[in-house]
Amino acid sequence: MSVADTPPVAPPPSLGKLFWVFLVMGATSLGGGVVGYLRTGLVVRQRWLDDLSFVELLSISQTLPGLNATNMSILVGDRLRGGLGALVATLGMCLPGASLMIAAGFAYGAGGDGPWSKAFLHGIAAGAVGLIVVVLVQLGAKTLKTVADYVFVVLTAVAVAFFKVPVPYALIVAGIVAIWWHRPRDKDVP
Amino acid sequence: MKNLWDLAGVFAYLSLLTVGGGMAAFPEMKELTVDTYHWLTFPELLHFYSLGQLAPGPNMMMVASIGVVVGHIPGALVALIAFFLPTGLLTFFIGRLWTHLATWRWRPSIQAGLGSVAVGLVLAGAIIMGKGAITDVFFGVISLIVFLLLWRTKINPAYPIVASGLVGMALHYFTAT
Repeated sequence: MSVADTPPVAPPPSLGKLFWVFLVMGATSLGGGVVGYLRTGLVVRQRWLDDLSFVELLSISQTLPGLNATNMSILVGDRLRGGLGALVATLGMCLPGASLMIAAGFAYGAGGDGPWSKAFLHGIAAGAVGLIVVVLVQLGAKTLKTVADYVFVVLTAVAVAFFKVPVPYALIVAGIVAIWWHRPRDKDVP
Repeated sequence: MKNLWDLAGVFAYLSLLTVGGGMAAFPEMKELTVDTYHWLTFPELLHFYSLGQLAPGPNMMMVASIGVVVGHIPGALVALIAFFLPTGLLTFFIGRLWTHLATWRWRPSIQAGLGSVAVGLVLAGAIIMGKGAITDVFFGVISLIVFLLLWRTKINPAYPIVASGLVGMALHYFTAT
């Protein structure tokens, strides 16, 4: 569906309805890719947001620290129902996955770490590496525009993965250099 | 009790490193939970992380599993709150401010600059995770096949990842007998 096809925006939901819709998305967004589920749920099905606001909130989510899924829940919840809305949406989004992973923690302690489940989990870990590389390629295709951007990526990754530079230092130093590299030029000013 | 404070400190700190996604915090998570505090081993961390990719919702709910290992239910709650509250508050307040900054000249600079650094952090996480998970050629082939499938098709990632787990069990069957 293109931006032009987006139907008119519906009135803001009640807190209960907001919680329920995020709970359902939190329980059904299997296999990552929460952003796709969010767009289907919020823009297409509920019509609480149009595509333009969705993309705007998504770009904020991706720039700030935090996970896309929770950042989006906070921003959408806040936009629809204020602070309480943000809280309720985030709880709904997190509850199903958190309950499952708490159960996984107990199962692992209670003999769930036998050789068979270890073999299964080792396989899953190898598969997850493939998934992360795909995320990396997609993120890179969207973010990296110039040769300098690729240099920043490689320098940051090598510093952290091979020279054990603590992430905060890498984040601050590389972040300042990269932001300065992309600083507003005078010709950009209208 | 001291453990719960350590948990809160570690995950609140990790929370602020998740620029570009949970993977960006993985190098420090390994350093702190495995090497500094010895809450779990590196293979265990990899297992929880990978399982977490299969769980619905935000993909870092595995912090709750680490919380359980350290301090049962209270541990899980402390880990979850510590991991999501600091960035949550930051997003809440900056989100309100950010819309007013739409015309600020530095906004695109920050987005572009942090974007490439974030990709670098995710790459670092992937390298560290790959070193732990790809222990021989066989597991490398699994990663490669999952990568190609997800890159080239629209398949739900949960299927190839569960399949890799089953292949891992098959390998165990053949090597154990």
